[in-house]
Amino acid sequence: MADLHTVNKSPFEKNSLETAIRYSLAGSSILLLEDGVYGATKGTAMEGMVKDAMGDRKVYALRSDLMARAIKEDRVIDGVQIVDYAGFVDLVEANDKVQAWL
Amino acid sequence: MSDVKKFMYLNRRAPYGTIYAWESLEVILIGAAFDQEVSLMCMDDGVYQLVKGSDTSQSDMKNFMPTYRTLGDYGVRHMYVDKASLEARGLTQDDLIEVAWEDFETEEEVDNIVEIVDADQVAKLMAESEVVFS
Repeated sequence: MADLHTVNKSPFEKNSLETAIRYSLAGSSILLLEDGVYGATKGTAMEGMVKDAMGDRKVYALRSDLMARAIKEDRVIDGVQIVDYAGFVDLVEANDKVQAWL
Repeated sequence: MSDVKKFMYLNRRAPYGTIYAWESLEVILIGAAFDQEVSLMCMDDGVYQLVKGSDTSQSDMKNFMPTYRTLGDYGVRHMYVDKASLEARGLTQDDLIEVAWEDFETEEEVDNIVEIVDADQVAKLMAESEVVFS
């Protein structure tokens, strides 16, 4: 049993990512997309929280949204996996359900 | 010229996830066209509006970042960036676009009008403005 949690809001403006991390189980996956990808960047005030979550959860970020926001791969937190739209579909398929944190 | 007012546009939203940044840019261009004294203030997620290197080729969205570089030509005189917001996001001035400005009458030139300011300066600049749009 594992769920995919999607977060599409900036962690600096809304607490969606923080809450998603707090209420997601070990073994679940968190996909950052749209403004949510800002949570995947190195050197921010949110980096520690994301790294802690990665201890027992997988964190992904959508490539096209990283590109639009000028976040180069070397600025993405180590361990965050970058996926394209096909990878998004694979994640949906691999998990029991999708829970969106808007 | 007594009709000239000091306008400040306060940008606090990231560029693509919502329409705020795009709409703000449109309003800035309109204000500048009326020969007002126009400044931008980017804080919170608004600092992301000035990060260089955006590529929307895989997003099916228009990349409107190049428009920011032209704001100097439209008479925007200052583009301020809140230092604390930048630092919280792991960004420095090197991550930001550069925007040149020139007064075509006096030939006064400024290479880059993007300027990082601290909290005290932000408060002072906003207080000094006659109109603050957000």
